Amino acid sequence: MDAIVSYIKSNYEVDVERREKTVLLTCRKEICPQICNVLFERFRCIFSGIVVDRLNENWLIFYIFLKKGERFLVQGSLVAEDDSFISISPYIHGADWHEREIEDLFEFRFEGHPRLGNFVLHDDVWPEGIAPMRQKDFPGATFDYWEDISPERLLDAPGAFIMPIGPIFSGEHESVHFQIETIGEEIVRCYPRLFYKFRAIEKKAQGMEVDRAILLSERIAGKCAFAHALGFCQAVEEICGVEVPPRAKVLRMFLSELERIRHHIGVLEGICSSTGLWVAASQLGMLEEKMLRLSCELTGHRYFFGMAICGGVSRDIENDLLSRAIEEVEEILSHLKEIETLLISTSSFLDRIEEVGVVGEEDVLHYGMVGPVARASGWVNDIRVVAPYLLYGELNFGIPTEIEGDGYARFRVFSLEIEQSLNILTQLLDRIKYGEVKRDVVYRQGWGLGIVEAPGGSALHWVRLDRDGKIARYRIITPSFMNWHGFHNAVEGFAFQDFPIILATFGLDVAENDR
Amino acid sequence: MSRWVLKGLKSGTVSSRYPVEIDRAKGISPGIIREDKGDFSADISSICPTGAISQREGGTFLDRRKCIHCMRCCEGEEKDSLWEKGFEWARFTEGGKPFPVRFKHSVHIRVVDVGDCGGCLNEIKLLNNPYYNMHRSGFFITPTPRKADVLLIVGRLTEHMKGPLIKAYEAMPSPKRVIAVGACALGGGIFEEDFITPHELSRIIPVDVEIPGCPPPPLSIYHGLLLISQQLSMDCKRT
Repeated sequence: MDAIVSYIKSNYEVDVERREKTVLLTCRKEICPQICNVLFERFRCIFSGIVVDRLNENWLIFYIFLKKGERFLVQGSLVAEDDSFISISPYIHGADWHEREIEDLFEFRFEGHPRLGNFVLHDDVWPEGIAPMRQKDFPGATFDYWEDISPERLLDAPGAFIMPIGPIFSGEHESVHFQIETIGEEIVRCYPRLFYKFRAIEKKAQGMEVDRAILLSERIAGKCAFAHALGFCQAVEEICGVEVPPRAKVLRMFLSELERIRHHIGVLEGICSSTGLWVAASQLGMLEEKMLRLSCELTGHRYFFGMAICGGVSRDIENDLLSRAIEEVEEILSHLKEIETLLISTSSFLDRIEEVGVVGEEDVLHYGMVGPVARASGWVNDIRVVAPYLLYGELNFGIPTEIEGDGYARFRVFSLEIEQSLNILTQLLDRIKYGEVKRDVVYRQGWGLGIVEAPGGSALHWVRLDRDGKIARYRIITPSFMNWHGFHNAVEGFAFQDFPIILATFGLDVAENDR
Repeated sequence: MSRWVLKGLKSGTVSSRYPVEIDRAKGISPGIIREDKGDFSADISSICPTGAISQREGGTFLDRRKCIHCMRCCEGEEKDSLWEKGFEWARFTEGGKPFPVRFKHSVHIRVVDVGDCGGCLNEIKLLNNPYYNMHRSGFFITPTPRKADVLLIVGRLTEHMKGPLIKAYEAMPSPKRVIAVGACALGGGIFEEDFITPHELSRIIPVDVEIPGCPPPPLSIYHGLLLISQQLSMDCKRT
């Protein structure tokens, strides 16, 4: 860490500011890309996202990198009427979608970026040149039209065509549109068109009170509600300098891990139903329902809505309920093991996920993919280990990793992670402390960054509070946003009928991406 | 393959007895605020983040369509007079009609996600699992609106999904009905009106049944489906 700072200091013109775990590198916007490149290529820091923020009429850009317990923020700023940055996506491909999103919502240009526009705000609904995030009260559409999508074709071959799928498709899938270019059987190019469900949570949160914005952060993705609310709370607690009471820490971890188990069971169920194994899907569906009922018994809500609160958790859970919950999870897991043993001896299942949907480690690294998907390709970036929060640094648990990067590897990672989550739960039982579960928080001005390992991977929550303690800027970088970016790698080169199975093995959440 | 059959048989029957009997299993519902009017000593409307509890002339009024189960109002002593367990929350809208009786035994449903967080959608997915097994009442999820009788709409309608939603609605054959699921689809919830979510669903297409909740548990959605297919009537009393 000191080596990195001194290397950058001696080679570039930067101001270095330290704040606990964070190193803030402030420089002119022209040299930001070079520093990012050094952090990424030379020091192998994990690229985690870009945040655009405004401080006293000045627009700032932050590039976030993580390295073993440390966070590096490269900060550049715009002067006066200037509205262009220099693109870093030629060096770091993972920044591509971040830059496109910022261009669409803020109308800041990125010099050197090959393809901007028509991303978050669809061109068939919105004209170019509107910047909703830059105006305080953006009035919205004053026009009313809907054009049919005419997809862009790259493939020039006899018989080539584009297969459009969605946005309304399949049984009860979330709304997303795919354009699959093919010459018959093999998928040559896949382009997921997202943001049909764009709800502008970042825009809605501006000017909102913190207590209300927590409810908004829970609804980024219902299936990972607690993880996101926790990320938001951690950011606010960092601003206000609040230490969460010990019992609240345990409860927060307890709920996070329960949520991870339930989310992963849901993903496994999705894989089984995509391969047409209805008995297995039903059995796993029963386990998911059991987990939801257990959640409701513990907290009063099936998806933990309303549990997270700045300074702790909103409701206490009795100790014997916690130990009973662990017994129940153990029982659920023994059923899960039984089902898995059957699954791995079912050839019709294995044939469809083995060596299908392969993503290489190099792709994972360059696209900045996160979570179980990245770990199935041998790239470990679990926030619980890379930048431990709550009590994760004190516990012993494994991070399941595979190297094949195919559907089966992802299946194994998801199922092994459930075991590790139970392992964490049982260790937590010995660490339960007595005492209060929430502490009063006095909101004050400043910015904070909350990073958590959501079930799908690392989630970053950037919060800036203004003088009145209201939210001035809220930026969410979700795991699905990173993983959808790399998703096309997995399906290209495989057959059409593999598409839904590969989609299921990724366990992607559209709502989490669209925000 | 035979081992799967055996595994399935070994699990026995777990399906809920609802609607023959009210399901009383633990953890099937988070509960919701009561309907209409409450009688409270203190002003509790300021606690509610969505305006489900409002203080007006004549007392405290409760609007469960806006309730998102944050349970902030449950911390005081008023809990019992404010909060209701159970799950039969679906109601007809003004002008909402059920299906003619002859459709009763086979209702095909197209789910449309117009901006959902994934919670309501997951609860609809769970309606297919053995605990609820909605096929036993003749409800089927269909992949195309052209075969659908009921449109089940979840989420806060976004500008981007308005076009696809209208197309799906127009593609359905008559008679058709619409059920709005969850606080977001009912125009309440935490998502306010702004540039990307300017529409209230009921102004775009007519809604027949509304199911409040954030998300409504599977049995609430089941209740809504039973109402619209006339397998259950509003004034039906069961023990």
